[in-house]
Amino acid sequence: MFDWPVVLAALPDFFRGLRVTLILLAIALATGFVLSIPLAMARVSQNKWLSMPVFLFTYVIRGTPLLVQMFMVYHGLAQFAWMRQSAVWFLFKDAWFCAWLVFSMSTTAYTTEIFAGALRQTPAGELEAAQSLGMTKLQIYARILWPGALRRALPQYSNEVVGLMHATAVASTVTLVEITRVARDVYYNHLSVTDSFGVAAIFYFVLTFTVVGIFKLLEMRYLKHLNRKVSGPVAAR
Amino acid sequence: MPDAPEKLRADNIKKRFGAVEVLKGISLSAKAGDVMAMIGASGSGKSTMLRCLNLLERPNEGRIIVAGEELKLTPDASGALAARDPKQLQRIRARLSMVFQQFNLWAHMTALENVIEAPVRVLGLSRPDAVTRAERYLERVGVAHRKAAYPAHMSGGEQQRVAIARALAMEPEVMLFDEPTSALDPELVGEVLRVMRSLAQEGRTMIVVTHEMSFARDVANKVVFLHGGLIEEQGVAREVLSNPQTERLRGFLARTLG
Repeated sequence: MFDWPVVLAALPDFFRGLRVTLILLAIALATGFVLSIPLAMARVSQNKWLSMPVFLFTYVIRGTPLLVQMFMVYHGLAQFAWMRQSAVWFLFKDAWFCAWLVFSMSTTAYTTEIFAGALRQTPAGELEAAQSLGMTKLQIYARILWPGALRRALPQYSNEVVGLMHATAVASTVTLVEITRVARDVYYNHLSVTDSFGVAAIFYFVLTFTVVGIFKLLEMRYLKHLNRKVSGPVAAR
Repeated sequence: MPDAPEKLRADNIKKRFGAVEVLKGISLSAKAGDVMAMIGASGSGKSTMLRCLNLLERPNEGRIIVAGEELKLTPDASGALAARDPKQLQRIRARLSMVFQQFNLWAHMTALENVIEAPVRVLGLSRPDAVTRAERYLERVGVAHRKAAYPAHMSGGEQQRVAIARALAMEPEVMLFDEPTSALDPELVGEVLRVMRSLAQEGRTMIVVTHEMSFARDVANKVVFLHGGLIEEQGVAREVLSNPQTERLRGFLARTLG
């Protein structure tokens, strides 16, 4: 099935690609997580001036394909002379920056919706209990709302992480040499699908099940307060 | 206790939900050691009244005085009263801890964590002190052996007793009970009532919205019967319940006692 000499020769490149995939995934997830905390609070706010802009943001990002967003940011902006002359051009001509930006915005949009949903699911009684004991708004957010919501969000968030990990393949279109790009190069050199994309599939497969396994452990630790078994297999986006 | 200090007073509380006036001017006074039972048919406004006392429900009119300190209220755009000073509201709420019909324990915390949370965050106790205090009150309500359990893994009666320990751990001036046994299976009602009875015997000041007429008769010293958002009849529990003066209370008692 595999042409082993070809696969073995390509393995170092695949591992370098794996590193790029993981770095891209990590920085996008970190950015998305940090941004989603305040955005989710704005999203569930009763103040329309706070919730509407966030809803528009997540609606637009979730409503367009990642590949299109990637092309628009990396290739599209470059068409404008004012862009090429602007102070931030040194950022936007950089593939890493564009990939980080696009993936971060994507995961921010999805994660904001996941967190907002989890915040909304907080039983009203838990809030009333906190209020009735004299806790401040900040304490209620920090001690009751977020700890409960982040736990509830775990199963869905693990889907988002797996989905984003698969979506990093899109970065291959803007010159980043991650796993998919390595596979494409191997394919062009050897015209063998199994030795190129087949190996890439195995890399993604192992990554996926590592991520799923980590989230299973997290769920066992953080969802043990729920009166049910840890959720079933996680589906990718 | 005629000379006991007044712990809680509410004057002329009115509350509207839209066009419906749920409370039409209710005044209450609880002195130290009073156990006041608030009874009445569903829809009579008794839970709403209780929830107005700590501003979980915002009244449209009225005054609330806790241990001599008046809660500063000011009307907002919608016409409901809001606390003028959030810090004062938090301070007063901390002295009026509430036990809910649905227990309302924090699901992601163990029984012990539920009980130490507010003493640490609101009263500023150190964690070891709060743990000592929490263990004492969990013991007091008979669920110390369940301190490491999460709410979802406890029976309703255990959850409600943890909720009572959580309220006790604030060492409040007044404890407010909002139908504390209504969500319990019949065989679990007794264990919660026994705890409440023993708290009453300790001299704690309690206001209890309840459907348990035996509790109102045997444990409460005052009873307030609400009907249609007004106090229809009130007085010494034993007298009022054994010799009701109004037709409505007679009818209510006849229906409740079967």
